[in-house]
Amino acid sequence: MRLAGRIYDLLLASLVLAVACAGASAANERLDIGISTNEIAITSDFAGADLIVFGALDNADPLLLQLGQYDIIVALEGPAKETIVRKKDRVFGIWINRYAMRFEPAPASYSLSSTLPINRITQQIELSGRTIGIEHIHLTPSGNVGDGSRVPEFKDALLRLRVESGIYQSEPVGVEFVSSSLFRATLRLPANIPVGEHKLRAFLFKSNEFAMERDLRLRVVKTGVEQFIFELAHQQAFLYGLLAVALAMLTGWLGSVVFRKD
Amino acid sequence: MSIYLPIAELSVNAFIILGMGAAVGFLSGMFGVGGGFLITPLLIFYNIPPAVAVATGANQVVASSFSGALSHFRRGTLDIKLGLTLLGGGLVGASVGIYLFTLLRNLGQLDLIISLFYVVFLSVIGGLMLVESINALRRAAANKPVSLRKPGQHNWVHRLPFKMRFKRSKIYLSVIPVIVLGFGVGVLTSIMGVGGGFIMVPAMIYLLHVPTNVVIGTSLFQIIFVTAFTTIVQATTNQSVDIFLAGLLMIAGVVGAQYGVRVGQQLRGEQLRALLAIIVLAVGIRLAIGLVVTPDELYSVITTKEGF
Repeated sequence: MRLAGRIYDLLLASLVLAVACAGASAANERLDIGISTNEIAITSDFAGADLIVFGALDNADPLLLQLGQYDIIVALEGPAKETIVRKKDRVFGIWINRYAMRFEPAPASYSLSSTLPINRITQQIELSGRTIGIEHIHLTPSGNVGDGSRVPEFKDALLRLRVESGIYQSEPVGVEFVSSSLFRATLRLPANIPVGEHKLRAFLFKSNEFAMERDLRLRVVKTGVEQFIFELAHQQAFLYGLLAVALAMLTGWLGSVVFRKD
Repeated sequence: MSIYLPIAELSVNAFIILGMGAAVGFLSGMFGVGGGFLITPLLIFYNIPPAVAVATGANQVVASSFSGALSHFRRGTLDIKLGLTLLGGGLVGASVGIYLFTLLRNLGQLDLIISLFYVVFLSVIGGLMLVESINALRRAAANKPVSLRKPGQHNWVHRLPFKMRFKRSKIYLSVIPVIVLGFGVGVLTSIMGVGGGFIMVPAMIYLLHVPTNVVIGTSLFQIIFVTAFTTIVQATTNQSVDIFLAGLLMIAGVVGAQYGVRVGQQLRGEQLRALLAIIVLAVGIRLAIGLVVTPDELYSVITTKEGF
């Protein structure tokens, strides 16, 4: 009994030692990610899409890999935009926007995919420090917020509305290993994804500790006629207005000619 | 068939938009109105952002009023001089209206003010029209003569200075009430996205005593320019004119209007006015309910300019 216990202890010690050595010798794991395109085009019938991110984990310790000690989080952050949250209140029987809070630029969209639910991968403080996860997106109120007692209320409302509309979303088991060193992450892009420069961030965690991060840029653009119209409306606004009026007059004239009765 | 609207930045069903355009076009042909006061609330009910609905509504009215004014021009039932005087006030009013529009949008009260304007104007105009048309129907049933305008009867409007002669309308009138009327309707055009015919026409008949036969043509004439101006300024300052949306509405509207005209010709004037009054009141009540009923969601989020 006692001997068995000693042998067990010895085994455990050597295992720990082996793990520690492995950890020390293979400290240079490398994470690499790739996407098939660095531009996503939104066409007129865009109803959301899946973005597949492939990645490789090099120099990984086979033992730790088998024990499932490596975790990967992939997140796509949308362009930073300033946000205003308004709250309605009843005034003289009518519901009007009464309170407002302005937030400093923060990602206008967020999609996350990971090997495990992120709070099981590492500690809150680590997630928060690296702004990983919907609840850790930095939302800082700007302007006068009084005593700040309303900040959590507005922040929660903002996160809740964005999660409900699908513009912020996370898939806790969206990253899967296809071989010992290759993984595939599936990110859901919502139909209302904002155009602009998005940032793809991939994080490697080893035994619940942060190991490394890789970033890629991804542009979301409107294509074809939609983009042409959007750009014209914003860059050549006056011309666009004239065009809208000309179109209306043409339609009206055609209508009165085609259906002329007198 | 879903179609992406580049300015409203959302996908809509193209057939629903075409259906709305055709239905409103039908009604506008039937009643001889621009239809802006129906298009804008319908678009808002269909979740188009109110700012886009208003600016696009104004654009759509350009098409329907241009089509209507052309046929009035051919028939000679259009007083260009009176129209231009109204237009003078109208352009100033539209500019003031757009300034207010941008201000309210920044304050986050635009949607509320749009709804309030609609509720107030639609209820008042709809109510007055309903009462007037029911009385007319009663008189017609009792075989009494129906007269809208009592010539020779003057009111305070005709005692104002700066009088001018409007030949086509055969009236001699101060320019002050004309410009003020144009101004007021101009403000409404930019805030509500309407042509304003539903206010302009009764005001011209009852207040200015313009002969009924030139009223609609002249009102349409000035509406073309005020809505065209509003469209261009909205496009430049707020980038809220959606040309896709407007195009769909216009095409369906122009076609729908032709069938509306045919049906309208088979109904009597009082019946038409009573029907229109009921529709106007119904839209007003629907908007009023939206203001009073507790909303499902108290919070709203808007993203503004790009950051870093």
